[in-house]
Amino acid sequence: MTILDSRPRTSPRTAGTSGADVDQRVVRRRLGPGRRIPFGGLVGVVVLVACWCVGSATGLIDPRTLSEPWTVAATARGLVEDGRLQEGLAVSAVRAGLGLALGIAVGVVLAVVAGLSRVGESLVDGPVQVKRSIPSLALIPLLIVWFGIGEEMKVITIALGVLVPVYIHTHHGLRSIDGRYAELAETVGIGRWEFLRTVVAPGALPGFLLGLRFAVTSALLALVVVEQVNTTSGIGYLVTLASSYGQTDVIVVGLVVYAALGLVADGVVRMISRKALTWRRTLDD
Amino acid sequence: MATHAGRLSEETADAGVEQAVPAPASGHAVQVQDLHRSFNEAGGVLNGLDLDIAAGEFVALIGRSGSGKSTLLRALAGLDRDVTGSGAIRVPEQVSVVFQDSRLLPWRRVLDNVTLGLGGRDARDRGRLALAEVGLEGREKAWPHELSGGEQQRAALARSLVREPQLLLADEPFGALDALTRLRMHTLLRRLCERHRPAVLLITHDVDEAIVLADRVIVLDDGVVGTDVRVDLDGRRVQADPRFAELRSHLLAQLGVEEPADDSVDSRYAGSRGAGAARVSA
Repeated sequence: MTILDSRPRTSPRTAGTSGADVDQRVVRRRLGPGRRIPFGGLVGVVVLVACWCVGSATGLIDPRTLSEPWTVAATARGLVEDGRLQEGLAVSAVRAGLGLALGIAVGVVLAVVAGLSRVGESLVDGPVQVKRSIPSLALIPLLIVWFGIGEEMKVITIALGVLVPVYIHTHHGLRSIDGRYAELAETVGIGRWEFLRTVVAPGALPGFLLGLRFAVTSALLALVVVEQVNTTSGIGYLVTLASSYGQTDVIVVGLVVYAALGLVADGVVRMISRKALTWRRTLDD
Repeated sequence: MATHAGRLSEETADAGVEQAVPAPASGHAVQVQDLHRSFNEAGGVLNGLDLDIAAGEFVALIGRSGSGKSTLLRALAGLDRDVTGSGAIRVPEQVSVVFQDSRLLPWRRVLDNVTLGLGGRDARDRGRLALAEVGLEGREKAWPHELSGGEQQRAALARSLVREPQLLLADEPFGALDALTRLRMHTLLRRLCERHRPAVLLITHDVDEAIVLADRVIVLDDGVVGTDVRVDLDGRRVQADPRFAELRSHLLAQLGVEEPADDSVDSRYAGSRGAGAARVSA
């Protein structure tokens, strides 16, 4: 046999260039988004705040329309000093948290029932779709009649808003699980409970976490609305009160708190997603 | 390596599982009688198939696409739900299936995949031993997507063998692997089967693979056993062996593939169709 390949072991590309040690790789343009930017999630927000600062400093933004960032900061400091902000924040956070927890629990249970049983699907899916087409906020008048104007009504309104995205995405995630995994589960002879734990739960997790991101936003949206209905506590109360006195700076503080809550909550969910879904290889990595 | 096998069988013996290491050719592992299966009115996929597989026997099943290979395997695995049919099937208590895709759960690490649904406190130790047996020691904590195709299939083999099956059903387990990996997997599978002695039913498209691995090769034709040949090639089974080539041409002819004319193919296996049928019905 003759040896066909007897070329010297340097590639023609590096041999042709003068600097022989220079690594002249041909690197293809990546079609994915590329490497993660550290704290990249905050860049957009920082740019927005910077625009606000520049706009206020140059007089482009009238303080009566939107208070200057430094006025807002000073007002916030004042509100923190007399304790009103923390108090309001605590009340709002508990409301949102309770509503979120209740909505997630109900949404997940309904999604699993509808996802794994045909009877469950025919019973559950219709009503949830009906609920989906009625905005939670349109239900408030009815909920007030049923539960009064206390915390109960507020938590339930938030939970109703949370339930829908959690249900829809978890259900979709669950149904998207490759049917071949169920077949495998049958051949290794695991029971229904074990199947739930080892196949259904982790398989539906990506869907659930996406639903959770929507749910967090829904919870805050519902929170803002219920806090403006006959409330005497919470961030919403602070804002409503300020509105009647024309205190733009306090209103903006309230809005900033809502925004910060939303940003933090979304960040937490995304962090959980990254940690929980290390087994996946996607464009996100 | 031998100690692994010893410990594995010892443990299962403690658990009271009979036939953990079944003696070869003692009794039947699989008995199929008059099996009919069809997906629609038009015609059956299996038309009265009879098949016996002895304990510890390695049977390769070949046949054209649509000849009912997978249907038969799914029937034996208890996975044929959306079909109609009749017939009697007897399979052992402990049946494992290896699919063409490794079917590792992507969200479980390799060891957790191997021990999926495995009871007992020593499950993880048994899983580790099984992974070591297929040459994947040290990869217990890897995610499935971090393994190569061959490694994934080896992990799937470990998942099957850790259950000490009396019957191993394999549906083209090496179909998606490259030629070199395939050859390595052949050696590995033969070694594992010699150690654990399960009865094996291996579906393959590859006649060479069938001859290299199996004690018996069955050609499925129109939903019944068309040809049933015992592979009597002792020692190393190499394609250079003229008897190998002869058997190969014979099986290919049964599959409707005519090789370039070769006068050396004599009539040694010409009568095997009748003989096979007789043996199966016996």
